[in-house]
Amino acid sequence: MDVGSALYGTPLFAQSHRVDLTVSTCVIWGLWLIVGFAGLFPGIVAYMVWLERKVAARFQDRIGPNRVGPFGLLQSVADGLKLLVKENIVPRSADQVVHLLAPVLVLVSAFLTLAVVPFAVGLVPIDPPSGLVYLIAVSSISPLGIFLAGWSSHNKYSLLGAMRAVAQLVSYEIPQVLSTIPVVLWAGSLSLVSIFDHQVAYGWNALNPPGFLAFLTFLIASVAEVNRTPFDLPEAESEIVAGYHTEYSGMRFGLFFLAEYLGVFSVSCVATVLFLGGGTPLPFSAFPVNLLDGSVGSYLLVDGILLAVFSLKVLLFVFAMFWVRATLPRMRIDRLMNFAWKYLVPLCILNIVFAAIWYEVVVRPGALTARNWAWGMIAAGLPVVLGVQLVFRANRKLAAARAVDADWPTVGTIAEASR
Amino acid sequence: MVAYNYVFVGLLLLTAIGFALAPLALVALIAPRKRSLAKGDTYECGVKTHGETWVRFRIQYYIYAIMFVVFDVETVFLYPWAVAYGGLGTFALVEMVVFLALLSAGLAYAWAKGVLRWV
Repeated sequence: MDVGSALYGTPLFAQSHRVDLTVSTCVIWGLWLIVGFAGLFPGIVAYMVWLERKVAARFQDRIGPNRVGPFGLLQSVADGLKLLVKENIVPRSADQVVHLLAPVLVLVSAFLTLAVVPFAVGLVPIDPPSGLVYLIAVSSISPLGIFLAGWSSHNKYSLLGAMRAVAQLVSYEIPQVLSTIPVVLWAGSLSLVSIFDHQVAYGWNALNPPGFLAFLTFLIASVAEVNRTPFDLPEAESEIVAGYHTEYSGMRFGLFFLAEYLGVFSVSCVATVLFLGGGTPLPFSAFPVNLLDGSVGSYLLVDGILLAVFSLKVLLFVFAMFWVRATLPRMRIDRLMNFAWKYLVPLCILNIVFAAIWYEVVVRPGALTARNWAWGMIAAGLPVVLGVQLVFRANRKLAAARAVDADWPTVGTIAEASR
Repeated sequence: MVAYNYVFVGLLLLTAIGFALAPLALVALIAPRKRSLAKGDTYECGVKTHGETWVRFRIQYYIYAIMFVVFDVETVFLYPWAVAYGGLGTFALVEMVVFLALLSAGLAYAWAKGVLRWV
């Protein structure tokens, strides 16, 4: 019996675990594997690296790579070739097998997360009913790979970096996962395609108070999950050389590098799908999905628009991450852990309740009307603002009472010392 | 023929492993290989490595791991609730608030016990 339709009238499991393995499915899967995963996504990564170097250079009043090809466009290709002819140095005392396995695991994890991202209508490799759980499951393989890398290197800096990395990744995974629950609740499904469909009908998820809070926590936790500044403590070069990949050189280091940028790309894609309505250009309109009339021409047009807007949004996230990297210094480890457990987790737990209230007021009555919207803003928006205030203020008070930073020069102590 | 979605995941896994191993194999073929005693040493800023490396680590990390497991299992309970919420009515919200309150009490207890303090 279909439990979903008995309960709701609408089928709960709109997607299927199974697909018909016809010739066209095989061809599409083959194309995804060869063009997408072995060609397009690594290419995107190569140009993200180029973009980051250009953008970072502009932030620092430099020019950036401009020697290899026009505007330095072939710089990434040259770097890749250089990595290929570099000697692969593995320390004598390292665990040879695990040392090889670790970067492969991290890269595999980054690749697997992209399998459920709907880039446009019909343009999704697979759409399992439990897509989001799959996504979280495969993305938590990478801490394992990182830890194996640090442990197998037989190097104290590597081990320290790996320990830090695991503690950080594990801590920030909680707010990352908890912040996706409002989205699941509103869409009533774990499938990323259903979540996209819900946003076509009800507007982008980031554009209501609980959604916006979830969006922000998801972004912060994601930046921590991919080890980027200001959360790049696992590879803090001023303290622990290069963290878990201190003993990695040549192509094995290249794999870690590729995995990091692939991770940045995939969390940007996931954030776009979950909170910014995928490829839809307008927040409260079904355009261009309503142009679909079954003909191939309309399909191509709609997917063209969706893909273009999707890429723009992803680029925006990627640029934001570069921007943050160019602006903020690295965090201190105790503050990093505090921030995850004492700010983000309580906020996310509160936010789940706010999301349910929003569902009751705006989504459950059926159609999205201005009246529902206004009531929702009052019923869920005010508690969100109060909740954020409450959590941050309580923590500030606790921190002041504990004086955790007494031995550390803060802005206040510097002023006192100079007096 | 009907196949599970996860057949694609299996194929993707193989592709990804192949994608990772291919350049490594190429490196093994074309890159120079010259071993030396100094090159194979552990790199710890040029200082000779001192003492044991694979030591037992501080308990703090283990406690964070336990906290992680607790909250990860919590999300396993939260996902089905969130998916089915539309069909359950307002009472589901009350139930989940109770569940979340219990968990928050656990977090507050850990916090008060100083588990969350990085030393």
